[in-house]
Amino acid sequence: MTAAIAAVESAQPTTTAAVDAAFAPAVRLTKVGKTFRGGAPVLDGIDLTVAPGEFVCLLGASGCGKSTLLNLVADLDAPSSGTVEVPSGRAALMFQESALFPWLTAGENIDLALRLRGLSGRRDRRAETERLLDLVRLRGAYDKRPHQLSGGMRQRVALARALAQDSPVLLMDEPFAALDAITRDVLHEELVRLWEATGLAVLFVTHNVREAVRLGQRVVLLSSRPGRVAREWRVDIPQPRRIEDKAVADLSVEITDHLRKEISRHGR
Amino acid sequence: MAADTDTSGPAGDSLAHIEAGLDALETSAEPESSRLKHVAASVLPPIAALVLILAVWQILYAAKIWPDWKLPGPSQVFGSLKDTFSEGDAWGAVGHSIGHGAVGFGASVAIGTPLGILVGRFKPVRAGLGPILSGLQSLPSVAWVPPALMFFGPTPAMLYTVVLLGAVPSIAVGVMSGLDQVPPLYLRVGRNIGARGLASVRHVLLPAALPGYLAGLRQGWAFAWRSLLASEIIVQSANLGHSLGFLLKNAQDANDMSGAFAAIVLILAVGVAVNQLLFVPLERRVLKARGLA
Repeated sequence: MTAAIAAVESAQPTTTAAVDAAFAPAVRLTKVGKTFRGGAPVLDGIDLTVAPGEFVCLLGASGCGKSTLLNLVADLDAPSSGTVEVPSGRAALMFQESALFPWLTAGENIDLALRLRGLSGRRDRRAETERLLDLVRLRGAYDKRPHQLSGGMRQRVALARALAQDSPVLLMDEPFAALDAITRDVLHEELVRLWEATGLAVLFVTHNVREAVRLGQRVVLLSSRPGRVAREWRVDIPQPRRIEDKAVADLSVEITDHLRKEISRHGR
Repeated sequence: MAADTDTSGPAGDSLAHIEAGLDALETSAEPESSRLKHVAASVLPPIAALVLILAVWQILYAAKIWPDWKLPGPSQVFGSLKDTFSEGDAWGAVGHSIGHGAVGFGASVAIGTPLGILVGRFKPVRAGLGPILSGLQSLPSVAWVPPALMFFGPTPAMLYTVVLLGAVPSIAVGVMSGLDQVPPLYLRVGRNIGARGLASVRHVLLPAALPGYLAGLRQGWAFAWRSLLASEIIVQSANLGHSLGFLLKNAQDANDMSGAFAAIVLILAVGVAVNQLLFVPLERRVLKARGLA
């Protein structure tokens, strides 16, 4: 919408994985493998690059190691092999449950992230918290306790907390899976709006094909046990998209067929 | 408002309206129950139970199954209670015992809390001390009175030793279980937003463990109070002054059953008062803020 965003958007179609790699990427995984003690490998030989400002959806069935992969990028776990690069340092992470701290109010949850980020002035933090609440359209919710908010509102506060970390990379682990369809639809729109406004690189994990196509510029399909990159699609449908769009449905059918094939390999 | 913007599709402004509508629909105002009703609901049942107990007691007394000196009636015990207060013994004894209890409990919290964190967070310490703490918890603290008396003589140090040995294990175990109940997700979120090491303990671990800790404190107080009274009843000395235990033992020496009952009523009253005026409101406040009560 702004000039900067437009530039990022128009630049997207021309960038390929090879070109991305030449510039500093937002996230780069090289031949990443992960094996937990005594188990079969969960991830194997993952090569994945997310360009600055790019929206990538990671799609896969159970056991493809989607969450494990996000943990590696978020530095909550270390890879068994290969390298994980996040040149900006830390990546903000959002979960399926909002995981807001119940002993703090909505505003204090965001404030804590600002404080741990090193923002010292109480007044500055208050102003920034109000700005972030406003950004996720929860003006006036500063003093609300998490349990007083609906699931969708909690996820928006969690999103504001993630934005408070001021990291150029946002990792999302099925953040809307527990929400009802209407709320999810609204949050899809909200997320795309915020992504366009902030220029964040988003790595969004989901098992919902339609959601992946609705949101992402790129959809990466992971195979299961071990998780490998099976295929990827560039989604050239312009935003704003709707989950009901025919183009979204058509691509979803194609991707679902591949996903089914991946899954049925395990039934033999 | 929401109806006419619903159809306009995904445009920024209408999205705000839809979101506001969803928010309004999905959050209902919490019903503010009246304070009077709440007080009535929590005060009336115990009063009714108390009246029932007194009635049964009065019936047993009136039936004359046992002589007066074995089972005095409620009115006689009430008379003794009044006498104790009018002679000035009661307030002194209550104050004395509460003073000892508060100091002993305070020291137990100061020792039990770090001990619980140590045992809860470090595996080797837990493997070593965990079973010992659980064992100590099941040991009646009155068992410590004879050795403490031999070591310290009839001094306040003896009282505090028995109180500490009674209360510290239960507070430490409370801290431990509080820490165990912290959802790992909170720790991961904490790490992600930058809380590592001490910051993680301060901003995530301790606040998350607070409800379990408060339950441990409550239990710790019960143990402290019991241990204190056990030693006060067994050990009588001018060094220890006129405590509630002294009052009870004195009644026994005078073969004064209603005096003994009066002392027990006082001991009970202190226990209930501390619980209801300190621990219950504190726990309720913490749980309510988290939507757990």
